[in-house]
Amino acid sequence: MSTPENKTNGTPRIGVYVCHCGINIAAKVNVAECVEFARSLPYVTVAREYKFICSDPGQELIQQDIRDGKIDRVVVASCSPLMHEATFRKATLAGGQNPFFFQMANIREHVSWVTFDKEMATLKAKALIAGAVMRVARHKPLEKTRVPVNPDVLIVGGGIAGIHAALTIADSGKKVYLVEKEPTIGGHMAKFDKTFPTLDCAACILTPKMSAVRSHPNIILWSYSEVSQVDGYVGNFKVKVRRKPRYVDEELCVGCYECIEKCIFKKAKFEDEFNIGLSQRKPIYIPFPQATPLVALIDPETCTEFRTGKCKKTCVDACERKAIDFQQKEEIKEIDVGAIILATGFKIFDATRIPRYGYGKYPNVFTSLEIERLVNASGPTGGEVRLKDGGKPNSVGIIHCVGSRDINTNRYCSRLCCMASLKLAHLIKERTGAEVYNFYIDIRAAGKGYEEFYDKLLKEGVHFIRGRVAEVSDWTMTADEEGKLVIRAEDTLIGVVRRIPVDMVVLAVGLEPSADADNIRRMFNISCSYEGWFLERHPKLAPVSTFTDGISLAGACQGPKDIPDSVAQAGAAAAEALALIDKGFVELEPNTAFVQDEFCSGCCTCVALCPYSAISFSADNNRASVNGALCKGCGTCVAACPSGALQQNLFTDEQIFEEIRGVMNYV
Amino acid sequence: MPVWRGWDKIKYQAQLDPAFAEEVTSIPGGEKLFDCIQCGTCSGLCPLSPYMDFTPRKIIAMIRAGFKGEVLSSHTCWLCASCYACTVECPKGVKITEIMYATKRLAIREGVSPKRFAIPVLAEEFFRDVESNGRNSEGRLIMKLYLKTNPFKALKQATLGLRLWSQGRLGIRSDSIKRKSELKTLLKSLEKERMVRSRRETAHAGEAK
Amino acid sequence: MNYLYFPGCSLKGTGRAYEDSILSVFKGLQLPLEELDDWNCCGATSYMAISEMKAFALSARNLALAEKQAHSRENFGLVTPCAACYLVLVKTQKYLQEFPDIGDKIKTALKSANLEYGGKVRVRHPLDVLANDFGTEKLASFVKKPLKGLKVACYYGCQIVRPYAEFDDQHNPTTMNRIMHALGARTIDWALKTRCCGGSLTGTIQEVGMRLSYILLREASRLGADVVATACPLCQFNLECYQKQMSREFEDAISIPVVYFSQLVGFAMGLPAKELGMQRLFVPFKFNPAAESVKGGIHVHS
Ligand SMILES: Cc1cc2nc3c(=O)[nH]c(=O)nc-3n(C[C@H](O)[C@H](O)[C@H](O)COP(=O)(O)OP(=O)(O)OC[C@H]3O[C@@H](n4cnc5c(N)ncnc54)[C@H](O)[C@@H]3O)c2cc1C
Ligand code: SF4
Ligand code: SF4
Ligand code: SF4
Ligand code: SF4
Repeated sequence: MSTPENKTNGTPRIGVYVCHCGINIAAKVNVAECVEFARSLPYVTVAREYKFICSDPGQELIQQDIRDGKIDRVVVASCSPLMHEATFRKATLAGGQNPFFFQMANIREHVSWVTFDKEMATLKAKALIAGAVMRVARHKPLEKTRVPVNPDVLIVGGGIAGIHAALTIADSGKKVYLVEKEPTIGGHMAKFDKTFPTLDCAACILTPKMSAVRSHPNIILWSYSEVSQVDGYVGNFKVKVRRKPRYVDEELCVGCYECIEKCIFKKAKFEDEFNIGLSQRKPIYIPFPQATPLVALIDPETCTEFRTGKCKKTCVDACERKAIDFQQKEEIKEIDVGAIILATGFKIFDATRIPRYGYGKYPNVFTSLEIERLVNASGPTGGEVRLKDGGKPNSVGIIHCVGSRDINTNRYCSRLCCMASLKLAHLIKERTGAEVYNFYIDIRAAGKGYEEFYDKLLKEGVHFIRGRVAEVSDWTMTADEEGKLVIRAEDTLIGVVRRIPVDMVVLAVGLEPSADADNIRRMFNISCSYEGWFLERHPKLAPVSTFTDGISLAGACQGPKDIPDSVAQAGAAAAEALALIDKGFVELEPNTAFVQDEFCSGCCTCVALCPYSAISFSADNNRASVNGALCKGCGTCVAACPSGALQQNLFTDEQIFEEIRGVMNYV
Repeated sequence: MPVWRGWDKIKYQAQLDPAFAEEVTSIPGGEKLFDCIQCGTCSGLCPLSPYMDFTPRKIIAMIRAGFKGEVLSSHTCWLCASCYACTVECPKGVKITEIMYATKRLAIREGVSPKRFAIPVLAEEFFRDVESNGRNSEGRLIMKLYLKTNPFKALKQATLGLRLWSQGRLGIRSDSIKRKSELKTLLKSLEKERMVRSRRETAHAGEAK
Repeated sequence: MNYLYFPGCSLKGTGRAYEDSILSVFKGLQLPLEELDDWNCCGATSYMAISEMKAFALSARNLALAEKQAHSRENFGLVTPCAACYLVLVKTQKYLQEFPDIGDKIKTALKSANLEYGGKVRVRHPLDVLANDFGTEKLASFVKKPLKGLKVACYYGCQIVRPYAEFDDQHNPTTMNRIMHALGARTIDWALKTRCCGGSLTGTIQEVGMRLSYILLREASRLGADVVATACPLCQFNLECYQKQMSREFEDAISIPVVYFSQLVGFAMGLPAKELGMQRLFVPFKFNPAAESVKGGIHVHS
C-alpha cells in the first residue's frame, strides 16, 4: 500500500492524546501503558495523556503541537464522538489543520464503562487506538458545503404549543404556516374550563391567542389539514399539505350559524366530537363558539345530501354569503420552508383497556377529560356536574394513575393528572357539594404553586386515600352499596381494605402519544422513544431539537407536559427556528457518498435504495451520480453497489480496512 | 409500678434479617419484588386480605425490610388461595402469588409455620399421600386433617362426609398409580433441589424470555 | 384433533359428576377422549407449597406420559377439566420453556426415571375445546332440549384464566357464556365471574372460605340467576356443599343449584340425567323447558 500523503505532501505525523476523563477511563484503562503503546505505532510522532483533554488547556495542547509542526493529524482516545467529535475537529482546525485529519477512539463508552477486567480493558483500548491511528493516516482533507436557508417556518399542530410558537415567530417578521388537523385550533386546552393551579379561566387566556393567530398577517392558518409529504433537508424542506374539504368556503363564511339553524335536522343528533360524545351536533356545525377559524363545516358521513343526494339543502338557502359548496374538493398545497416545529400534542389513555375500572360498562364512570367538559360553563351541561341520568352526584371517587405507572399499560408517570385530578376535585366539590375521594399512589405536585394547591384541597375537606384502586364494580355487600358504584382499594396508610360506594367515578387518564405520532415520525424522519413520544436530541442539553436538523419539538408531543411547560418549550422551539433562519445558511457534513465514474456499470441498484432520493441516473453517460446536498451519508448505496463504484467520504474502503488492520495487527 | 412497654413498638435494625429478601426473591422472576411501589392494588383485589394479619402489600414491604420472623410466622401466605388476582393486575409485575408460595416453602423449611394451623398440615398430608401413592384421596386427606388439628370439627363435619359418601363423591379407599417406583425415582432425584438461585441467575432467566 | 384426558384426583372423588358429564358429552358429540394411562396427581397448589421442583416433576411426568401415549399423533391436546390441574400443567410448560435451568433439572430427573419430555403437549380446558375446536354453532345443532328461559350465572373461578390467559380474556372471560347461549340459555352479567371461591380454605379455615363462596352465591341470587355453572371441581364443591352451613352462619336462606357447565351441555343435548351425574348433586337442578321450543339455541346469542 502506498504511503498516504497529507496537505504538506509528506509522511503523516500523528499525535495521539489519551484522556483519563477524571477516573471514568483511568479507573479501568492503564492510560500510561496506552500512551507507551501509541508511541510504538507507525507515523506517531507525539503521544500524550491528559486528565480532561476536552478542557481548554487540553485542546490547547493539540493546537500547539500542530502549530509547532510536530504533528499534522490527530487521534483522541476518550469518550464517544457523539459527545466531543465536533470539539476536537474544531481544535484541529484552530491549530491550522483540516478538521477531518482527526479520528476519535471511544475508550469510555466502549471500554471503561462496559469492561470489568482492567487488563482486558487496556488491551481493548490499545486495539482501538491502533485502529484510529491507521485510519487517520488515510484521511483526506474535506470541506463542508454551505446552503442558504429558506426563512419560512412550518408548524404542525395548533394546540397551545403550536399557537405560542407560531405567534413568537410571526411577531419577529417571519412567515409561518400553521397546519392543524382538526377544524379548529386550540387543542386540548380549548376544552378546559379552569386551569391549575391558579384556576384561571382557560378560555380567557387561550381565545385571545387563537384570534391573534387568525388575524396575524404573517401566519397562514390551514385548519382541517394534514401534512402528507416531506422532502429536502434542513433549511430547504419541501412539504405537501392536504387540505380536507369543509364544503363551506372559508373565505366567504362568517360563522353566523344561520345554516346550522336552518339545517333540515331540527334537532342535533350526531355525536359531538368536541364534547367527546357528551352532546350532539348537526351535520353542519361549528365545533364551539370560539372556534378558530370560525367557519362551519359539513360532515359528509351524516349529511343527508351526501348520503342520499336528495336533501332540500335548506342550509344553502339560509346562507346569504353563498358559502356552502358541495363540490369542494381536497386540495394539495406545496410549500418550501427552512425550519419545522412539531407540536402535535397527545391523546388520552383509552380507559376501556382497564376493564376492572368499568369504563364503558357503567355509565357513571367518566374520564377526566369528559369531566373537563361537564364543568365547563360552555360545555354540554352549562357547567353542571351531572350523572348520566341527569341527577346530581353526592359522592365522587377520582382514581389517579389510570394508564400510567403500570407495566400493563404505560410505565411512565403522566405528570399532570395528579394536578388535573386536584383541580377537578375542587371544581366538583364547589359545584355539587359532593364528598370527593381521591385515590392516589403518590401525589406529584412539583410545579410552582402546585403543593400550595394540594394544601388548599386538604383544607377544603377533599378525602385523600393512598392506595391504587383495585376495582370499580356494582356487586354489593351492604345496603348503602345498593345502586352505587363501589370502589375497592387498600387504604395503605391505615392498613385496611376499604369499600367506598360512590355515585360517580372519574378516571384520571394518562397521556399517550397522539394516534398518528408514528406516521409523523416516519414522514419527518425523526425518532421516537420506546413509548412513542418524539425523541429529543439530548434529554438534558437538547430537549427541544431532534436528531434531524431543522426540526424541533414543542409541547406534549415530546412527553407529558402541562401548559406552562408546553409554552416554555414552544418558545424555545421558536428560538431554534429563528436562530437557524438568522444564520442564513447551513453547513452540510462532507461524509457524503460519491460515484467513481470509471467503475459504475449503470446498473441503478443504488438509485432505488437511497432513502433520501439523493442519487440520480444519467442516461447520457450511463452513470449514477450523488447529489451531495441531499446525501445524508447513511452508506446504504455504498454497501449495495455491486461494482464497488460507490464510496463514501470518511468511510472509504481503504480507511475502513486500514482501521480493521490496526485493530487486528498491533496488539 | 406498671412496666413500661414502649420498646414493643420499635423495631431495631439489628432485629431484622437483611438477607431475607434475597432468600424469598431467588425464585424465577422474584427480583420484581424490588419494583413494588406499595400502591396496594394487590391487597385491594385480594379476596382474602381482610382475613390476613398482614395484607399482601405489607408482606412485600416487610420482606424487603427483612422482617423474617414476622413474615414466616404470619398467617398471610397460608390464607392465600392462589387465585392470581393480585399478580395479573400488579402495575409493576410483582409475582405476588409466587412470593406467597415461596414464603410457605420457607416457613415449612424453617419449621415456623403456624402450629396447629390447618393449612400447612393439609399441605404436608397431601404431600405425603402423593409421594407414596402418586395420587391423593380427598376423603382420607380431610379425615386425617381434622383428626390432627381439631377432632371436634371432624365430628361436626361427619354429616357432610356421610352425604358425600352416599352420593358417591367420597372415596376413603386410597387410589394409587401402577408404576410407583418410577415416580419414587423421579421425586428422589429432586430431593435436594430447590428452586432457589442467585439473584444474577434469576435476572438472566428473566431476560431470556 | 385427538384428545387425551387427564382426570386428576378430584374428578375421581368429589368431582365425579364432572367426570361423568364430560365423558358423556364428549361421547355424545363424537369427540374421542382417551384417558391418560397411569397418570399421577398434578402437583396442584398444596404441593407447590412444599417443593416447587417436585410439583413440576409430577406435572412433567404427566406431560411425558401424554407425549408418549400420543405416539406420533400430530396435533393432540391433553384435556384437563380440573382448574387446578389445568393451571399446574400450563405453568409447568411455561417454566420449562422460560427458565432453562429449571428445565434442565427436570429433564435430568425425568431421565433418571426413564422418561423424556419434548414439550409437544398442548394442555386444553374442555371449555376451550368445546367453544373453539368444536364450535358453538356445531354445538347448538346437537341441542335437543334448549335451555330457553334459564338464567345461568357462569362462574369461571380463578385458575382457568389466571395468570395465563390461554384461550380467553383474563378480565372478562366469555367462553362459557357463549356455550350457554348456544344451549339456548341466558346468562347474567355479573362482576364476580372470576372472583375466588375460597379454594381449599373451605376445608381448612372454614369460616373464611365459606364467606367467599357465600359472597358469590348471594350476588348470583341477587341478580336472579336460576343456576350457577362451574368449570372446576373445587369451585363446585365449595359453592354447593356448604349452602346449609352458610344459611345458618350468615342468616340468609341460600339455596341455588350449582352444576358443572358440562352437565348443562349434556342436559340440553338430551342425555340421561344419570349419565351426567345429576343424582350426585346436593341441591337438585330442575328445569322444564319452555313449551315446545323448536330449535337449538343458534338464534339466541349476544
Ligand atoms: C384532563 C386534563 C386536564 C388538564 N388540565 C390542565 C390544567 O389545568 N393546566 C395545565 O397546565 N395543563 C392541563 N392539562 C395539560 C394540557 O392539556 C397540555 O399541557 C396541553 O394541552 C399541551 O398542549 P399541546 O399543544 O402540546 O398539545 P395539544 O393540546 O394536544 O394540541 C395538539 C394539537 O395538534 C393537533 N394535531 C395532532 N396531530 C396532528 C397532525 N398530524 N397534523 C396536524 N395537527 C395535529 C391536534 O389536533 C391539537 O390541536 C390537562 C390535561 C388533561 C388531559
Ligand atoms: S345538505 Fe341538508 S343535511 Fe346537509 S347540512 Fe345542508 S341541510 Fe343539513
Ligand atoms: S401525575 Fe399523578 S396521577 Fe398522573 S401518573 Fe403521575 S402520579 Fe399518577
Ligand atoms: S400491586 Fe404490586 S406494586 Fe402494588 S403494592 Fe402490590 S406488589 Fe406492590
Ligand atoms: S393469589 Fe393469594 S395473595 Fe393474590 S389475590 Fe389471590 S389469595 Fe390474595
